[in-house]
Amino acid sequence: MSGKSIDQQLIFELSRPGRRASAQAPKALPQQALANIPATLRRKQKPGLPEVSELQVVRHYTNLSTRNFAIDKQFYPLGSCTMKYNPRGANRAAMLPGFLGRHPLAPESHSQGFLACMYELQEFLKDVTGMQGVSLTPMAGAQGEFAGVAMIRAYHEARQDDGRTEILIPEAAHGTNPATAVMCGYKVREVPVNRDGDVDLEALKAACGPQTAGLMMTNPSTCGVFERQIDAIAKTVHGAGGLLYYDGANLNAILGKVRPGDMGFDVIHMNLHKTFATPHGGGGPGSGPVGVSERLKPFLPTPIVGKDGEQYRWLDTDDLPQSIGHLSAFMGNAGVLLRAYFYARVLGREGMIRVGEYSTLAANYLLKRLQAIGCTAAYPERRASHEFLLTFASEARELGVTAMDIAKRLLDYNQHAPTTYFPLLVPECFLIEPTETETKETLDEFIDAMEKILAEARENPEMLKGAPYTQPVRRLDDVKAARELDLVWKAPR
Amino acid sequence: MPYIPHTEDDVQAMLAAIGADSIEDLFDEIPAHLKAGQLKALPEGLSEMEATALMAARARQDAGALCFIGAGAYEHHIPAAVWEIATRGEFYTAYTPYQAEASQGTLQTIYEYQTLMARLTGMDASNASVYDGASGLSEAVLMALRANRKSKSRRVLVPRSVNPRYRQATDAICSNQDVELVEVVFDAASGLTTPAALAAHAGDDFAALVIQQPNFFGGLEDVHALTDWAHANNMLVIAVVNPTSLALLTPPGEWGEQGADIVVGEGQPLGVPLSSGGPYFGFMCCRQQYIRQMPGRIIGRTVDLEGKPGFTLTLQAREQHIRRSKATSNICTNQGLAMTAATIYASLLGPDGLEAVAAHCHANTRTLVAKLTAIDGVSEVFSAPVFHEAVLRLPRPAAEVLAALAEKNILGGYDLGRDYPELADCVLVCATETRVESDLQAYAKALQEVLA
Repeated sequence: MSGKSIDQQLIFELSRPGRRASAQAPKALPQQALANIPATLRRKQKPGLPEVSELQVVRHYTNLSTRNFAIDKQFYPLGSCTMKYNPRGANRAAMLPGFLGRHPLAPESHSQGFLACMYELQEFLKDVTGMQGVSLTPMAGAQGEFAGVAMIRAYHEARQDDGRTEILIPEAAHGTNPATAVMCGYKVREVPVNRDGDVDLEALKAACGPQTAGLMMTNPSTCGVFERQIDAIAKTVHGAGGLLYYDGANLNAILGKVRPGDMGFDVIHMNLHKTFATPHGGGGPGSGPVGVSERLKPFLPTPIVGKDGEQYRWLDTDDLPQSIGHLSAFMGNAGVLLRAYFYARVLGREGMIRVGEYSTLAANYLLKRLQAIGCTAAYPERRASHEFLLTFASEARELGVTAMDIAKRLLDYNQHAPTTYFPLLVPECFLIEPTETETKETLDEFIDAMEKILAEARENPEMLKGAPYTQPVRRLDDVKAARELDLVWKAPR
Repeated sequence: MPYIPHTEDDVQAMLAAIGADSIEDLFDEIPAHLKAGQLKALPEGLSEMEATALMAARARQDAGALCFIGAGAYEHHIPAAVWEIATRGEFYTAYTPYQAEASQGTLQTIYEYQTLMARLTGMDASNASVYDGASGLSEAVLMALRANRKSKSRRVLVPRSVNPRYRQATDAICSNQDVELVEVVFDAASGLTTPAALAAHAGDDFAALVIQQPNFFGGLEDVHALTDWAHANNMLVIAVVNPTSLALLTPPGEWGEQGADIVVGEGQPLGVPLSSGGPYFGFMCCRQQYIRQMPGRIIGRTVDLEGKPGFTLTLQAREQHIRRSKATSNICTNQGLAMTAATIYASLLGPDGLEAVAAHCHANTRTLVAKLTAIDGVSEVFSAPVFHEAVLRLPRPAAEVLAALAEKNILGGYDLGRDYPELADCVLVCATETRVESDLQAYAKALQEVLA
């Protein structure tokens, strides 16, 4: 395959020997400056980095950026991802020189400003979740999950309650839940979900026992509905001696309205890159703080910010000897936490409550309107939470048009596709999450696009199978990508 | 309502379409006793101007000190273009590139990043990043256990000269899977991991040996001998490296006879600000034969229906959203934006620019060490050559000296006594290319005064 046929060349293809962006680097030093480094440990050939000018770099990556959908450009209703507006003010505040320049190991005497923000953020997160302790250190939702389940394990071990080997997980759960349980050394047992989207309580009761370490669940669930039997579930799991884990992926739905702590959860992780409007950055960074009930506080991952009088200080394993420890080299994704802090300060107490209210309003509006144009809801009897599930099983059966075809066609209408084929228990599904920051007009444009696509599906299903038509590339060959691995560019000979 | 666009008319129209009387009605499936009362800790909302002023005052409080701390995070000059481009909304506010056709910008950038990291480390393949260097080491250890078919052991050899924070995080992340990290002592004179120390473990079953280059003390290990020893004893080699140093030093792919098997490290030095410890990114590279054991996102080049080249997520059968409990890791979100910045940084610097940065770091640290060891009672502890950090012994406890220096607005280094009781009067110092002659002079003068 020749690189030349890519209409956006690779940065390596722009490279010419001897070309440099020389203003960017310090002047070269004579080789004797390196005399101390043994020759056997020196690199024999220069690394093959691009040799390009500053303008070439700027133009190349600026052009590449335009080949992306992004919240700043399009409606992005990815279910369970909470693609809401990322305030620019938060970005500017987090990138103030005093924050960017602070070394992670700077002494507390030179960290009081940063620590004050982190301490207050811990307090805010406790308040909105109803938990008793918070650690900000996990770097993403999956690391927050890891911390949460590791704390459950540490709790049982501290009580010498050693027979608890299983984590229960409803079948609708995110894939990270079972993957995390295994990383923490647990066996996974899945619990079925009823036809109305709630957990099958009888099956849960039968699955609970002295081997149960805990239950991981999302509420509202990934079916886009609030789990109504949460009291009974909490009672069942606690009755068996297990703990309750809350996956905060869907916290946006109930922010300020219902607190996981009040629902009986012992441990929760939050996704600040979802609920607290920090940017997703094309796949990170995220931030996944954990909150815990009183009995899990001794196990929180470190460091945590404490306060002695007017002075803030780090609490580390000396203060929390039972802590599950450090999950990264330093204190977590500080820059993301500062953005979340800004967001919390701007929203304040009233704004927090509006998040859950208006995201739920938008989802229920979109659901009702989409049903009216002929879309099939997976749970038509239920209220939507901040997201909802559609199924295109009948379109797939009758017209041969799949959820994937519709998703790809949406791109041609300049709408990012919703989450597809998740959760796995509903066939040919879309999980749609509009968020509170989109105007009614934007929601209406999405509805119009869906209406046109459903008409196209009836009139010309073959056309949909070829979508998208307007993007930089057509549908890509994933099988070839996996079979003939091309992960690193090699210069043609 | 900050960030919420709805007018009163919108709300009424939407409620009418739903058939509900009020927003509160939409929460009618939630048991009433679970509804939250007033939030207490949250104050009233601020305007953007007020919140910015508050945070600007806090940021100013922490600014202005002259920093000589490294210990895993390094201050480098970041070209203006790096974050101007990385924070363009199209990169900044995109999600993980699941819809490949609408994400070619992010996907091509990751493919270029993978190429860049493979070239810098001398390895065959790279993933799209993990959280940071420390969590990268934990993933590498778990990967080595899966990949090493010659070993049944769940034990890994980790020298004490490896960053203690990486060792602690790896222990916290891996211990629940019955993984044991076995320490190897360092030589008291050189500060290096020596063949003699390893000999005590020869013939024992370990899945891997971890080699950090430069090691936590800044010292340059004999990576060739260590790599060959590990391979001779059926262990995989996990290299932990500083990416700036790789402009000068032998890439792990060329260590010893066969090269390292898995390479990880902290990507922060490549254009990512210190920012209190994150977001950084961990890089992770490997030999082709182990690619299916790699955790995290991987991008591949393929063709579309018309045969035109394009990029897509590949080998997803390793990942949590497909494999669930059988995935290689639970990682999904990684550090995409920091990785994007690093790709731009490395392209701007090129091979010569990165080498110049590395050389200045080395030279400045040597100069700093010379100036500080000229002071009575201050000496360099280890004999091994260093890259851009060195260990100095002080005539007084390090914590006390560092506190006195901090009062003079000089952050004089990392107190090694926290992790190494035998080095309680020692500091790890670092001077990158951002420290100029007058900075080094200021440190020497301040230390002289503190010790006087």
